[in-house]
Amino acid sequence: MTETLIFELGASGRTSSPLPDCDVPARPLKEIIPAGLLRKKPPGLPEAGEAEVARHFTRLSSLNYGVDTGFYPLGSCTMKYNPKINEYAARLPGFARLHPYQAEDQVQGALRLMYETQRYLAEITGMDEFTLQPAAGAHGEFAGLLMIKAYHDHRGETGRRRVVVPDSSHGTNPATAALCGMEVQQVRSGRDGTVDLEALKDALGPGTAAVMLTNPNTLGLFEREITKIAEAVHRAGALLYCDGANMNAILGISRPGDMGFDVIHLNLHKTFSTPHGGGGPGSGPVGVKSGLAPFLPSPAVGFDPAGGRYYLDYDRPLSIGKVRSFYGNFGVVVRAYAYIRAVGGEGLRQVGEDAVINANYLLSLIRGTYRVPFDRRCMHEFVVSPPAGFKEAGLHTVDIAKRLMDYGYHPPTVYFPLIVEEALMVEPTETESRSTLDAFAGALLEIAREGFENPQLLREAPRRTPVSRLDEVVAARKPVLRWRPPAAEE
Amino acid sequence: MIPDGLLYSTNHEWLKVNGKTGRMGITHYAQEALGSVVYIELPEAGSRVTAGESLGVVESVKAASDYYAPVSGKVSAVNGELPDSPGLINEDPYGRGWIAEIDLEDPAELDGLLSAQGYREMLQKEGK
Repeated sequence: MTETLIFELGASGRTSSPLPDCDVPARPLKEIIPAGLLRKKPPGLPEAGEAEVARHFTRLSSLNYGVDTGFYPLGSCTMKYNPKINEYAARLPGFARLHPYQAEDQVQGALRLMYETQRYLAEITGMDEFTLQPAAGAHGEFAGLLMIKAYHDHRGETGRRRVVVPDSSHGTNPATAALCGMEVQQVRSGRDGTVDLEALKDALGPGTAAVMLTNPNTLGLFEREITKIAEAVHRAGALLYCDGANMNAILGISRPGDMGFDVIHLNLHKTFSTPHGGGGPGSGPVGVKSGLAPFLPSPAVGFDPAGGRYYLDYDRPLSIGKVRSFYGNFGVVVRAYAYIRAVGGEGLRQVGEDAVINANYLLSLIRGTYRVPFDRRCMHEFVVSPPAGFKEAGLHTVDIAKRLMDYGYHPPTVYFPLIVEEALMVEPTETESRSTLDAFAGALLEIAREGFENPQLLREAPRRTPVSRLDEVVAARKPVLRWRPPAAEE
Repeated sequence: MIPDGLLYSTNHEWLKVNGKTGRMGITHYAQEALGSVVYIELPEAGSRVTAGESLGVVESVKAASDYYAPVSGKVSAVNGELPDSPGLINEDPYGRGWIAEIDLEDPAELDGLLSAQGYREMLQKEGK
């Protein structure tokens, strides 16, 4: 059951709404627009009736899968449920209908919301100052590294151009470093899956600008030696960058700023319950310790206690400049603000605790059937490999992931982190009930059984989806990126 | 799947030495771990490479990874078939899926590589 394109529906001349007669004098297009700019043929726009249009898009929407339809255990992405009250707040006309060029005295409420969100995020992470400008996590990393570069350069240490990342890092970390014109140096993880302190020390030197870490790391393990790591990094004159993608695990429990991190980016669309992707744009605020504050993007949102007014501060001579049009994705910030205020300090701690408990509970249900390469108390997510014997049966992680779709679940993250063979990375988040976790574990155990009894079932999965197994090689090598009307195939 | 007579790196490259030239590619184990290869970035013929440094990127449906020069020297040839048929790396990793030829700069570097037996033992030790 697939859906045709809107261009393939309808018929020539079919419309949805009768338009009233034009009530201004019509002039020939040629008189208004130079001949060279006019089309030779009319554009190939869809022509369909309203019922057709409504049904087409309703059917399409029913093919979508999101946190509003089911469990979404996509590791490293924190696909928690997005409370609807956030949407209500973001749609309040006082927020939704603002214009970015409105005068400051007309937008005091919006500025206050941004200022307070900055303060909340600073308190939650143990940082001093925040910017809300970056539009997503990787964009936050980019802004963060630019600040680190500016910081070193300002101190005359222009030779610091190397960024150290562990081999378990998110791919965005080395990619960001490369985009900032820095050199990437990878260090191997230790036997327990966390940073090997000695290997890290060996990698540090006078050319090191920063070390980028995720804590807990991408295996869902807490870096227990983080304070020693921070000490070594600082002793080498480098800065410690925190990829805050996994912040959900430690909310209200521990703070990256206290661990010794100098810069952190957060993902409001992960930790702070705003939608990912199709549900709206993301937001990747960046927090820094006071020594880096002068380099934050401009404008900053400030507060003048004497006048009791919030303002946009453009007078920042050391700033790395603007990293996003206007002030970032404001609507997303409103949602995150609503979430923080609704949940409160105690609530945020419970979010972190429940996220960790859910992951450990789920892991306990499948441990013994699925292999756990780094088996330690996990944080908000865990990484497993397929059951023993799957490899011999010619079965891979991708087969398990595809089969999960037949059970109605979005598959977990697969083949990441790279240091685990055939990785299956599961992050349940705190918003799932015990019954959801039990049902999902049941599906994983059932798939393990199917793999031994009827491996074909897995190899040919999914069968209960609109399209079955796709040829990923052809998709990567010969992608069909646009549809052409049959008549245009000349 | 680990032919004798070749030399191996700990990064899962193989090297076949022929006089002063070595032909290299990635091992059967490496191609299997990567999955179906969809793209490869080849080194430039004529460029100078250092042992252990990245030679290019190989991208599969699962991941993109660097592959490394097993020895130092000048790249004397690259496999021109690969850009159009990167799947050769999966089908025939030690044959038509070869990647590049390097004019050896320092034959002593060969001592740092593993024999087929040594590579086999390394994989076993890592539980692979």
